[in-house]
Amino acid sequence: MTDLYQSQRAMRNMRRQALQRGVIAILDVGTSKIACLILRFDGVEDTRDTEGVGPMAGQSNFRVIGAATTRSRGVRFGEIAVMNETERAIRTAVQAAQKMANVRVDHCIACFAGADPRSYGLAGEWDLQDSVVTEQDVARVLAACDVPDIGQGREVLHAHPVNFALDHRTGLGDPRGQIGNRLACDMHMLSVEASVVQNLLYCIKRCDLELAGIANSAYVSGISSLVEDEQELGSACIDMGGGSTGISIFMKKHMIYADSVRLGGDHVTSDISKGLQVPLVVAERIKTKHGGVQATGMDDREMIEIGGDSGDWDKDRRQVSRTELIGIIRPRVEEILEDVAARLNAGFFDQLPSQQIVLTGGASQIPGLDGLASRILGQRVRMGRPLRVQGLPQAATGPAFSGAVGLSLFAAHPQDEWWDFDIPNERYPARSIKRAFKWFKDNW
Amino acid sequence: MQSLGRAIPPRRDPAPSRWAYRMQRLWLTPLFRLLFRVGLPVGVVALAVGIYLADEGRRAVFGAAFADLQDRFQERPEFLVTLVSIEGASPELAKAVRDRLAIKLPQSSFDLDLDAARLRAGVLDAVAEVDLRVRSGGVLQVVITERDPVVIWRQDDGLTMLDAKGHRVAGLALRTDRADLPLIAGEGADLATAEALEILAAAQPIAPRLRGLVRMGKRRWDIVLDRDQRILLPADAPIAALERLLALDQAEDLLARDISAVDLRSDQRPVLRLAPFALTELRRARGLVPVTENDL
Repeated sequence: MTDLYQSQRAMRNMRRQALQRGVIAILDVGTSKIACLILRFDGVEDTRDTEGVGPMAGQSNFRVIGAATTRSRGVRFGEIAVMNETERAIRTAVQAAQKMANVRVDHCIACFAGADPRSYGLAGEWDLQDSVVTEQDVARVLAACDVPDIGQGREVLHAHPVNFALDHRTGLGDPRGQIGNRLACDMHMLSVEASVVQNLLYCIKRCDLELAGIANSAYVSGISSLVEDEQELGSACIDMGGGSTGISIFMKKHMIYADSVRLGGDHVTSDISKGLQVPLVVAERIKTKHGGVQATGMDDREMIEIGGDSGDWDKDRRQVSRTELIGIIRPRVEEILEDVAARLNAGFFDQLPSQQIVLTGGASQIPGLDGLASRILGQRVRMGRPLRVQGLPQAATGPAFSGAVGLSLFAAHPQDEWWDFDIPNERYPARSIKRAFKWFKDNW
Repeated sequence: MQSLGRAIPPRRDPAPSRWAYRMQRLWLTPLFRLLFRVGLPVGVVALAVGIYLADEGRRAVFGAAFADLQDRFQERPEFLVTLVSIEGASPELAKAVRDRLAIKLPQSSFDLDLDAARLRAGVLDAVAEVDLRVRSGGVLQVVITERDPVVIWRQDDGLTMLDAKGHRVAGLALRTDRADLPLIAGEGADLATAEALEILAAAQPIAPRLRGLVRMGKRRWDIVLDRDQRILLPADAPIAALERLLALDQAEDLLARDISAVDLRSDQRPVLRLAPFALTELRRARGLVPVTENDL
């Protein structure tokens, strides 16, 4: 655990350096595309508009000065499958973005969808020594959370303190300076498979970039596509990507649950490819041009040329009606949405005061999806597009970019995580100089 | 079966190679760009020039060519000085200055050393200030401010005219050549000329009787009047003492009496030295000396 603490802290320091230099790259490694945004930070503003305890909350405003997208290669289910292919794709995106920004970036923040994220709710309690809550007490109560067995080869990706309670008063955002006897905290921890993170790290290192942060893409697309009251009252963001569909539930502006379904738009494409016996490229084109999930009488008459390159006249002149196409697409989308519904139930989404569902991501652009989703997931469904960000090109404002935009918001306004707090004094080794130094610092 | 229409071209990888990617990042580094765009050309040019000039013979050729060019430029008629015009000096002094300057004409104005010429002309005693400048038309204009003689200093070996600061202006053969100037004498008189002038100005009421000032012991002044009368002034504040005496003279007509000297060196009281006849008469009037036949 301390190892993780150190590595996450190192990433935070890197991020601070990048903010000082003023330029940072945002890398969204997806199954269908790799997006790279380059942000320039204009200066640190001190207004703490985000709630939080630690030193990271509320940092600066930024501007997108470079944006590039490239077709992803070697990524399956949001995980890197072929390392050097992915490395090349990352290089392409970064180079194009650098060219547009005309600036060299050395630090990047990356997000990915896969790696089997699992959520854990942690709780910790701490008896206050003197009745006022200090920073050390916050650190102690976070350290007092009992960590569940997250399994072999897994690593903690996020660990947010979600809620603080002080003597039966719960729902405190920042307990420091308050008076009470017993401080309790709830923490949300997200664990992912370590090997996926290792692979991503290796690829980014091969591109001469320093990793200054890492995030789950379901989490960051929730940041960008949920509006403020949705984040406050409870809502779920469903990021339908190419290879996997991410789910994140927000409540009181904190993520309280995240999961992913290993199904996405690429599966729809492969279904079409198999069903119509066309290559994947053609299937992708047909899906984006004519796809839908709700068949009407009109669709029976709309014939789609599916073509072929076989040289056989009959095969190359094939046509299907749009109804047939919808008949291929719809079951797969229903399957995805049913899986999502199951995951939402696992996350106790039905207990939330407001049960808003926001669909975002590239695969959510199928016409009629909101109608289908409201039948499966619940009545309150809307399509989400990412927040508008200064300097973002028009081509990168669609729902497919909610992950990238959310990651830039995450870079500018990171939430306090567990490793942003100091280690409590007792946890230092007994004879360390650091401990002595801290004792002096705290007592004088 | 392969399609007959077109051969599938080998797909090119859109990704940059590792080296291309690195080169682009290097090129985007501001310091590197600056070095490449400014430092490299400057370095190449400096290197080429350095290699070319490494040879002694080439350097000499360059030096000679430059010197030749410089000479040709400086010898142009526009820069030749053909005339020296001296202003503000009497004809004798002008001649003396011209001799001292000893400038060979015609000469390029670049070769003229005006500072040295100014020093040479300034050596002359009669010259207070020299101003040299090369005017258009090849004229070297020398503006001279002459020293103004204000007193004559009599020494054992002759007469010298001094200016207000006590600097020698010229010798003088006869006192009567400059009868208008007052006379001072004594060793070190030239060092206190300013004080002498002040005393002379203060002694204006007795000017007709004044014959001159004598510096005594390099310390104080004596005023010498006609009839060999002397006024001994103190070393400190001689003007005030003189003014007191003049007031006394105006009231009591002191200096017209038979007195050989007035000693003002003590500011408590003036001391009079009577002439022998007056002294005898005084004593007799007081009955201190018996009247003898000889005295009558």
